[in-house]
Amino acid sequence: MLTKRIIPCLDVKNGRVVKGVHFLNLRDAGDPVELGARYSDEGADELVFLDITATIRSRETIVELVEKVAENVFIPFTVGGGIQTVDQIDTLLRSGAEKVSVNTAAVENPHIIAEAAQRFGNQCIVLAIDARRAKDQSAKWQVCVKAGTGPTEIDAVEWAAKAEKLGAGEILLTSMDADGTKEGYDIELTRAVGSAVNIPVIASGGAGKLEHLYDAIVDAGADAVLMASITHFGNYTIRQMKEYLASRGIAVNL
Amino acid sequence: MIVVIDYNVGNVKSVCNAFSHIGCDVKLSCEAADIENALGLVLPGVAAFGYAVRTLGSLAELIRNAALGGKPLLGICVGYQMLFDQSSEYGLHNGLGIVHGNVVALPAGRRIPHMGWNLVRVPEDMDLFASVGRELHFYFAHSFYAEVKDNQARIAHTDYGFYMPAAVQKGKVYGTQFHPEKSGETGLKVLRNFYEICEGQNL
Repeated sequence: MLTKRIIPCLDVKNGRVVKGVHFLNLRDAGDPVELGARYSDEGADELVFLDITATIRSRETIVELVEKVAENVFIPFTVGGGIQTVDQIDTLLRSGAEKVSVNTAAVENPHIIAEAAQRFGNQCIVLAIDARRAKDQSAKWQVCVKAGTGPTEIDAVEWAAKAEKLGAGEILLTSMDADGTKEGYDIELTRAVGSAVNIPVIASGGAGKLEHLYDAIVDAGADAVLMASITHFGNYTIRQMKEYLASRGIAVNL
Repeated sequence: MIVVIDYNVGNVKSVCNAFSHIGCDVKLSCEAADIENALGLVLPGVAAFGYAVRTLGSLAELIRNAALGGKPLLGICVGYQMLFDQSSEYGLHNGLGIVHGNVVALPAGRRIPHMGWNLVRVPEDMDLFASVGRELHFYFAHSFYAEVKDNQARIAHTDYGFYMPAAVQKGKVYGTQFHPEKSGETGLKVLRNFYEICEGQNL
């Protein structure tokens, strides 16, 4: 039976792991390679590295980071942040990343998903969606680009379904409303997206307690749960999360 | 020395990193001389099947001949799928035809790709898994799988709502649909076993 995945997320800015609230007020959380190796040792199922600097210079840094992580960490990891071309995806996969996530570039040019999927296979193309509840009635949740600074008119649920048709292999769904609050994942959003697609959905944003992981998996149907604050700042170890989920009958790789 | 076949697809480096990490002598190469001199070959692959086969090009024949000549070969993910006769991913493409069977889409009615850690049940006589265990979690990431139709092949299975082949062995030809190079300590043990099989061949 396929197990549910626990995925620590490492937001990387200028070579350091940082974490904020609602995408703002960043705190330093350590060295990405060291932290990645520690999570791997603790039993994380995967890692996600998001380059939140995403400038031209930082892109070179992220390739070096991917190479270093790949030499030290032998579990899958996804890299994202500021990726704009299929050739950049190629470079990151060849440097040792298992998957690459795209967000803004896919909104601006959805065809990048199809092109990358046909070349590298669907399984390594992750569509990252940053969504927030729309203030008007135009869409239930609107997609935001450019690390949350660029609201669009796009409906998050419809976008997820379209991306699946184009060839995305997974959705990394972050609720901007829940991000960093530690008040729980956005169950409604996660369930809505998960029901609209047949590809795996990673719930992200809002994990604060062990129950939140269970709720995202059982109530919202998430295939994986992503977290940052609660692991980086030592609230829970990966093992504690897995033991908790296992005790409540969820299949995990312990 | 083990040679990891260098062709323009993802994860070649991850496979080399994993072998280096466990202290194995490994070289990334696409040279005929290296392939001929290698103790064993690893055919990795993170790519669509058609792209991988096209990119492999004339190396395919070299690898096939080496494997048929008894050199240990380990195919991983799409490299595993290429061991079979044919795939229907984005059109029909021929594989190496070393192990008989076809690569087909995962049946509907479940999340696809099959992504994450699944429990693999290993039959007693697969030396790739010697001393590792009989029920092990490995990392999978794929939308197609091999329907193995080769009565000389031994098969390890996993459960993804149906009984799915997860690894094969036919003589000294091995293949894993999962990624041993990304399956933590368990995966590294499998790679070490392959290395020992290669070294044993040379004694």
